[in-house]
Amino acid sequence: MSFPWANQYQPKHPVMKWVDDRLPLPRFVYNAVGAGYPVPRNLNYFWNFGVLAGAALAIQIVTGIVLAMHYAANAGVAFNSVEHIMRDVNAGWFIRYAHMNGASMFFIVVYLHIFRGLYYGSYKAPREMVWLLGVVIFLLMMATAFMGYVLPWGQMSFWGAQVITGFFSAIPGVGEPMRQWLLGGFAPDNAALNRFFSLHYLLPFVILGVVILHIWALHIPGSSNPTGIEVKDEQDTVPFHPYYTAKDGVGLGVFLMIFAVLTFFTPNLLGHADNYIQANPLSTPAHIVPEWYFWPFYAILRAFTFNFLWIDAKLWGVIAMFAAIALLFFLPWLDGSPVKSSTYRPLNKIFFWILLFDIGLLGVCGMMPAEQPWVIFSQIGAIYYFAHFLIILPIISRIERPLPMPGSITEAVLAKHADKSSATA
Amino acid sequence: MVRPLGFLVGLGFIAALVMAILTTPLGNEPNASKAFHKEPRKLALASDGIAPHWDIAQLQRGMQVYKEVCSACHSLKLVAFRDIQAFGYTEGQVKSFAKGFQVPSINPDTGEPATRDGLSSDYFPSPYANDVAAAAANGNAIPPDLSLITKAREGGKNYIYSLLTGYQNPPANMPKELHPGPGLHFNPYFPNLNLAMAQPLQNDQVTYADGTKATVDQMASDVTAFLVWTAEPKLVKRVQVGWAVLLYLLGFTALTFLSYRTIWANKEH
Ligand code: HEC
Ligand code: HEM
Repeated sequence: MSFPWANQYQPKHPVMKWVDDRLPLPRFVYNAVGAGYPVPRNLNYFWNFGVLAGAALAIQIVTGIVLAMHYAANAGVAFNSVEHIMRDVNAGWFIRYAHMNGASMFFIVVYLHIFRGLYYGSYKAPREMVWLLGVVIFLLMMATAFMGYVLPWGQMSFWGAQVITGFFSAIPGVGEPMRQWLLGGFAPDNAALNRFFSLHYLLPFVILGVVILHIWALHIPGSSNPTGIEVKDEQDTVPFHPYYTAKDGVGLGVFLMIFAVLTFFTPNLLGHADNYIQANPLSTPAHIVPEWYFWPFYAILRAFTFNFLWIDAKLWGVIAMFAAIALLFFLPWLDGSPVKSSTYRPLNKIFFWILLFDIGLLGVCGMMPAEQPWVIFSQIGAIYYFAHFLIILPIISRIERPLPMPGSITEAVLAKHADKSSATA
Repeated sequence: MVRPLGFLVGLGFIAALVMAILTTPLGNEPNASKAFHKEPRKLALASDGIAPHWDIAQLQRGMQVYKEVCSACHSLKLVAFRDIQAFGYTEGQVKSFAKGFQVPSINPDTGEPATRDGLSSDYFPSPYANDVAAAAANGNAIPPDLSLITKAREGGKNYIYSLLTGYQNPPANMPKELHPGPGLHFNPYFPNLNLAMAQPLQNDQVTYADGTKATVDQMASDVTAFLVWTAEPKLVKRVQVGWAVLLYLLGFTALTFLSYRTIWANKEH
């Protein structure tokens, strides 16, 4: 579906016309990311992050396929095969560091993409399906990154896998057998490494598939915008190409520059020194920490230290950690406010910033060792996290009085420009 | 339905967390060793920063220290002899350098394990036949392979340099149980304060060909510089390529920004 005023595909070249008549792929691309997709004219730079996440996925797939040509998924040689890539493969150091930091860049843009959705209410009707598919992508990314981190078979690879798969043993009865089945043994070893490699190669393509569904679902109602007011007529929109291809190009340039600084100048900044030590099941690192993008969830996991209601503290932690992500699936129905953008939601705006601070605090707690004051900070942080989504949001969406809103996107744009010109006059 | 259920679930998590707060002591268990632990001292090297280069003379000296001192206990398994051509050595020099090491081999007549002279294509060998032998010779501690050591420790090169120069007598006020046990040596930079490696460097332990005075500090700096190279021989190239890529991306971003301005010139947004 699209707006009635959308540009129609007109093949310029006879070859393209020939192809389009037989397989309308050119038309499909034109309508998806070309001049055939009308987009609100008032998008700000926060709308760049979807395209940037797509670019990050493409970079991971390309660098990953090259790595896989030189990598050996065997517990005896995996660590040295990664060092072989770093030392002997042509530009191998570049490919490997790009893949390593590419994972971090992917999570940075996806987190910003999610926060954009939270602030501007992008998860609300009619875009719930876009949001649900997004949460699925987020879960798949976490699984992919976790399994990828195991592949270099360093100390953190091994002990991270040990800790994460250890979650399953918290489940009463079936937990331990399930863990052994998943690992193919009593502890991470060759069997686990091999299946993690197989799945780490598979999942990015599953992600790609879900991304296509995500964009398909988006194109039914079209993109939202910073006012949260739906498109009413043609003057509210511009064609995606060239308007937003140009704007996304600027974002892509900035993204690649930050990526390049990380990859070339400080490639191990976000990594952990212990992963340059080969995995050793007999020597536990002093301080096991996951990659930075898991810190907030790791903090929630460790915040539960009391066997409440006869449920083991460890099991509480595991349930809460999964619940912290799973509750995002229910967000469109937890937030009942008909107004999307926080620009017009004075209460929601305040709590959004508190949530952002809270997630940052949980992140720091996840990085620190389980000592005070970080334990109590993580407990308070986790309380706010659950309270925000499950209690505060449903309540404020009832009691909040939204600010007056402009009649249309164009009206909002013109009002902003009138403000600007009267200010400069 | 979603909201009342979510409300109850939220209350459940919050109750469990409130109980957790009430039952977790606010203090930490005292950790006496923390007070005696020191942060690493900074070592400046030519390979630092945004315009790094290799100080070839220093790398040659560092390799000499490694060969004459550290290689008695530590391997360098990821570095091949041919790699040291990067220090300006000729093929012939590398060949005779490699000959100075014995590498594991098989006796061609009997099939018994044996050793032979190193070749340029060999890797710096381990002085021990296996980990058991290494542990037996070092009071149960295995000397780690040094190839990646500057990347494999928190604090990197600063830590390695501080460790090598940090041996000293335990402070007088240190509690008895923190003092080194038999076969251990006090070093405030080591995370556990006491390690199985005795101070490896003494003044004038090596004689440098270029006449540099071989103080402990000098040898520690040199061997650390060498170990920065072994951990990442592509470091200098990496930063140089980085500048070229960044410059290119700067141009790309500037051009796209200008076309963005042109395209949107007549469209208020
Ligand atoms: C007599 C044998 C011996 C010699 C010679 C020796 N070491 Fe060691 N080294 C050891 C042992 C044993 C350990 C393990 C210590 C432990 O874990 O307690 C060790 C550990 C280390 C560590 C790791 C410390 C840590 O943080 O775990 C470094 C770095 C190191 N040595 C560097 C050197 C350098 C550089 C030289 C040469 C200047 C050298 N060693 C010479 C025996 C030796
Ligand atoms: C969703 C996208 C992806 C993410 C988030 C991701 C993440 C990661 C991470 C975090 C690592 C560990 C990096 C390190 O410490 O070295 C890794 C390693 C690896 N990945 Fe991926 N990856 C993705 C896609 C792919 C794809 C598509 C392939 C191959 C087809 C691939 C192949 C590899 C290989 C071979 C390694 C091990 C080599 C190494 O450690 O450098 N990855 N990945």
